[in-house]
Amino acid sequence: MSAISSSVQAASAARPGRVRVLLNYLKRDRLALAAAIFLALLVLAALLGPWLMGDAATKLGLRHRNLAPFDLDAGWLYVLGADTLGRPILPRLVVGASNTLGIAAAAVCTSMLAGGLLGLVAGYTESWYSHVIQRGADIIMSFPSLLLAMIVLYTLGHSVTNLVIVLAITRMPVYLRTARAEVLELRERMFVSAARSMGASSARIVLRHIAPLVVPTLITISAIDFATVILAESALSFLGLGIQPPEFTWGAMVANGRGYLSTAWWIAFWPGLAIMLTTLSLNILSSWARTAADPQQRWRLQKLKKAAR
Amino acid sequence: MLHYLGRRASYSVISILGLLTLVFFLTRLTGDPSALYLPLDSTPEARAAFAHLHGLDQPIYIQFWNYLADLLRLDFGESMRQHRSAMAVALEAFPQTLKLAFVAMLLSLSLAIVVGALAAARPRGLFDRIATVVSLAGASAPDFWVAIVAILVFAVGMGVLPTSGTGGWEFWVMPIFVLMLRPFGLLVQVVRGTMLSSLASPYIKTARAKGLPRRAVVFGHALRNSLLPVITVAGDLATGLVNGAVIVESVFGWPGIGKLMIDSIIQRDFAVVQSTILVTATAIFILNILIDLLYAVLDPRVRY
Amino acid sequence: MNIQADKQPILRIDGLTVDFLSDDEPVRAVDNVSFHVHPGETLVILGESGSGKSVSTSTVMGLVDCPPGDIVQGSILFEGQDLARLDDEARRRINGCKIGMIFQDPLAYLNPVYTVGRQIAEVFQCHGAADARQARARAIELLARVGIREPELRVDFYPHQFSGGQRQRVMIAMAIALEPDVLIADEPTTALDVSVQAQILDLLRDLQRERGMALIMITHDLEVAASMADRVIVMKSGKIVEAGDAREVFTNPRHDYTRTLTAALPHGDQADVSNRRSGVVAQEPVLRVEHLVKEYRLMSGAFAGKRVLRAVDDVSFEVCRGETVGIVGESGSGKSSVARMLLRLFDATSGAAYYNGVDIFRMDERQMRKFRRKVQMVFQDPFGSMNPRMTVHDIISEPWAIHGDILARPRWRGRVAELLELVGMKPEHAPRYPHQFSGGQRQRIAIARALASEPELVVCDEAVSALDVSIQAQVIDLLADLRTRLGLSYVFITHDLPIVRHFADRIVVMQQGKIVEQGPTSAIFKQPGHAYTRSLLAATPQPKWLRADQAQAAGAAPA
Repeated sequence: MSAISSSVQAASAARPGRVRVLLNYLKRDRLALAAAIFLALLVLAALLGPWLMGDAATKLGLRHRNLAPFDLDAGWLYVLGADTLGRPILPRLVVGASNTLGIAAAAVCTSMLAGGLLGLVAGYTESWYSHVIQRGADIIMSFPSLLLAMIVLYTLGHSVTNLVIVLAITRMPVYLRTARAEVLELRERMFVSAARSMGASSARIVLRHIAPLVVPTLITISAIDFATVILAESALSFLGLGIQPPEFTWGAMVANGRGYLSTAWWIAFWPGLAIMLTTLSLNILSSWARTAADPQQRWRLQKLKKAAR
Repeated sequence: MLHYLGRRASYSVISILGLLTLVFFLTRLTGDPSALYLPLDSTPEARAAFAHLHGLDQPIYIQFWNYLADLLRLDFGESMRQHRSAMAVALEAFPQTLKLAFVAMLLSLSLAIVVGALAAARPRGLFDRIATVVSLAGASAPDFWVAIVAILVFAVGMGVLPTSGTGGWEFWVMPIFVLMLRPFGLLVQVVRGTMLSSLASPYIKTARAKGLPRRAVVFGHALRNSLLPVITVAGDLATGLVNGAVIVESVFGWPGIGKLMIDSIIQRDFAVVQSTILVTATAIFILNILIDLLYAVLDPRVRY
Repeated sequence: MNIQADKQPILRIDGLTVDFLSDDEPVRAVDNVSFHVHPGETLVILGESGSGKSVSTSTVMGLVDCPPGDIVQGSILFEGQDLARLDDEARRRINGCKIGMIFQDPLAYLNPVYTVGRQIAEVFQCHGAADARQARARAIELLARVGIREPELRVDFYPHQFSGGQRQRVMIAMAIALEPDVLIADEPTTALDVSVQAQILDLLRDLQRERGMALIMITHDLEVAASMADRVIVMKSGKIVEAGDAREVFTNPRHDYTRTLTAALPHGDQADVSNRRSGVVAQEPVLRVEHLVKEYRLMSGAFAGKRVLRAVDDVSFEVCRGETVGIVGESGSGKSSVARMLLRLFDATSGAAYYNGVDIFRMDERQMRKFRRKVQMVFQDPFGSMNPRMTVHDIISEPWAIHGDILARPRWRGRVAELLELVGMKPEHAPRYPHQFSGGQRQRIAIARALASEPELVVCDEAVSALDVSIQAQVIDLLADLRTRLGLSYVFITHDLPIVRHFADRIVVMQQGKIVEQGPTSAIFKQPGHAYTRSLLAATPQPKWLRADQAQAAGAAPA
């Protein structure tokens, strides 16, 4: 009945152990917990892996050519098998992880920053450049991202920078639209009127009042977006348009194994599985985060204590 | 209403033109196509003749001007590979993709609505948990990988389905399945989300206070309101479907417009690239208009 | 009053206790509550927000979801049967058929995508009382009964095509369709204007008399309660603090809380005695508004030309130093637009507002900056008007951050502490966030913020309308106190007549953009000149027992 809007995270700063509360919610949802653990291990592997296993990933070994998985005679590094050049798959997965995650992180950060800023501008002002920005975003959104990426990479070359830029450009409209929609709504809120009545300049209102409320939404989107970028980058690498040898990502590994499906299925299988598990974990965690953030649904994650009868 | 349609049409025309301009310049920058179409040992005169024939020896802004002028005359250029109208080539391949995409979208939408609604009716119950995992898995799966694994299992391993090409219904099964995965997964999540928030809305309280049976409350009242945001999302998925089609057509050898686009880009067949983009963009534009109309029909508060 | 006291109560709640579960200790929303209602009687449940009044009645209809709710104990006896022990199907049959319920905000409580006709007909169809064609005919009859004109046409309209009052009539039609024995009304008039409220209350009274229904009404508004109740129960924090015959409870309240509620706003002539108006008023005008006009261009269909809406139509008034001017009007009167123009949140179409001799709408940058320090606003929504991500300290000190020359930064903390104490809060509240405070406290913070730049004129735009009645009185007292101490002038905008009678020196009455009457407060209330003012005053609900007395005195049979 009260006019209080519940759009703000209601976990008050005065209540101790906000992190504790979130961890409790996590514990109540087994699936989300598993996803979180998986991602944590993945990040760890991506950070430390190249240092630990970098050599093993590129070591050619004709003896181990097309070695089948689950055969521990050759050592635990070969537990997932080896590819046509005898390189063990497990270390390659780890090195590929750091490339895949690194590229995706760079793309997501860039698009979030650019899209967020442009969205703030487009939402707050109503002048000609806000229209231009929106039409630009529409153009990008109306075109299948894969094709746009293909065209750009084919014309401008295959460097990692180009890859990150093109991925960022294709994802930017999502952040732009969301930021703009949020700004349009926030612009009408009473505290913005209050600030204006006190004489605040537009810059101050956008930066001090509006931006801090838009950022959490963008961060929420970025989790799912991360998954989407990983899929997009993998598709591009699969088509041969992504990162070029000797660097590789998981998508490229799948492409390598495509020709050997009937003889050495594991070469293409494990990297694809890795992609899937990563994106799945990200999606599961996003879904959990949405339930935890919604005051009306949060009770589903809480341990409900009943009063004594 | 007409006012609105007119405005949308002009926005879309601007978008399409902008796209075509972008693509035009980008494709011209990919390098000299003559290397691909003429034998390696052709003389410079032969190359010059080729370039002159296709207007490639002109400065780029002249080429662009000619291109625009041709567009107005509905002359979309000639395919360098097939020596016939580029638009004809594109329009031949388009229906193949359309069939695939249409079936995939219809199936994903209808299944997703049913599954999502049932999942939201009893949140965190058994059905909901299974549906959540399945839909999230579908939304997360790399389509090229699933395609490969499917071929491995069903074509190579079990031999019950063909590996590629078109033909009878058995050729459709795997492509549709792979194409459907992501839209289905995303739509189930969206339907579930919108249903949950609809079910928490005040008018549901009124419906229950009136003594309506549960079925009428969930499927009559809540679902009807949930459909509106779902339809908007379904529209956005159209571009995703084209992405998926590119992969699916490549892996399964389906002669659709996605495969045509990749091949043309690699072969530097400019005119075909532009025509395919024009066809796809126009189709998406028309689809978005249809979705807006559908939205207006379903939501009485929106009347242009 | 038609209580058939010899009959059994038709609905009886005994010892109801409802908790809401979460990570922490369960919150007891309803604590051992018992009440009953007889056929034909009106029971009013009176309480402020958080008192548990809605939850108690929601359990009757089975609308409380468990979990996260938990019905710890209690029985709900309807015609002798315990509803809590019935299965879902049996309860569903009772809902809508034997017991009906209407809610507060009909826009949110009606499904926007179905016509009202269909939503009413549904009630008949799902209880098997009629087929589709008959149901539609009965829906049209019902719409006519609740006072919707041209029902054959409007039965196919959608909820958003009706006004607020009409939507509530539609809700009522849905609830009484199958002639229930009990009607529960949860804050049915809170979102409506005073004159519309009067009509809806009349309708409810008529329907009750016609059908012999028991009516349970929930409200926080004392006057509405007094005008409807035969018996009343007062709830606070989930418990019943007082119960009994309406007249008794209102004229001789026994519990402290009831006393604070009834004393919060003195009624009738008492208002003229114990008011908080300012004593001395200087003669020089601080603000002079002349012929202010605000027009909005409306985009209509392809056929009509551009239509123009005059939100503010030739408004002129003055505010003298130290004075409080109340602007009163219902929704659509233009009072909020006037407020916003006084702060120059948007420009006027024509007219002028002279602040200390300079026209606000023609000020340059420098003058604007000075102006913004001298005139401040307190907004209606105590939560929405403050950035939820800023601490109280940041919120109050924002004017100093914007205008660098008011106060040096090192002195901010001290001044914030002073301002907080001035408005009745404590300095240790400064590092906290708005959502950690109650509505009344937030409004105090908003007032502190308004005072930070040391203004001369404060515009209060429905500043107390969103607060509970007892808190309203406290905030008004604070405003009055500050006025004396700091020599402020106020423009006080509201739709609530008793408040403005209590607080303002002069009153301006607005209707549809125009001023219909203005003058000193007591004159306006004792001898209203304009017909609209008279109708506003008449729409204020009169206590039921007074009406019954008057009717008896006039020789008519008791209603």
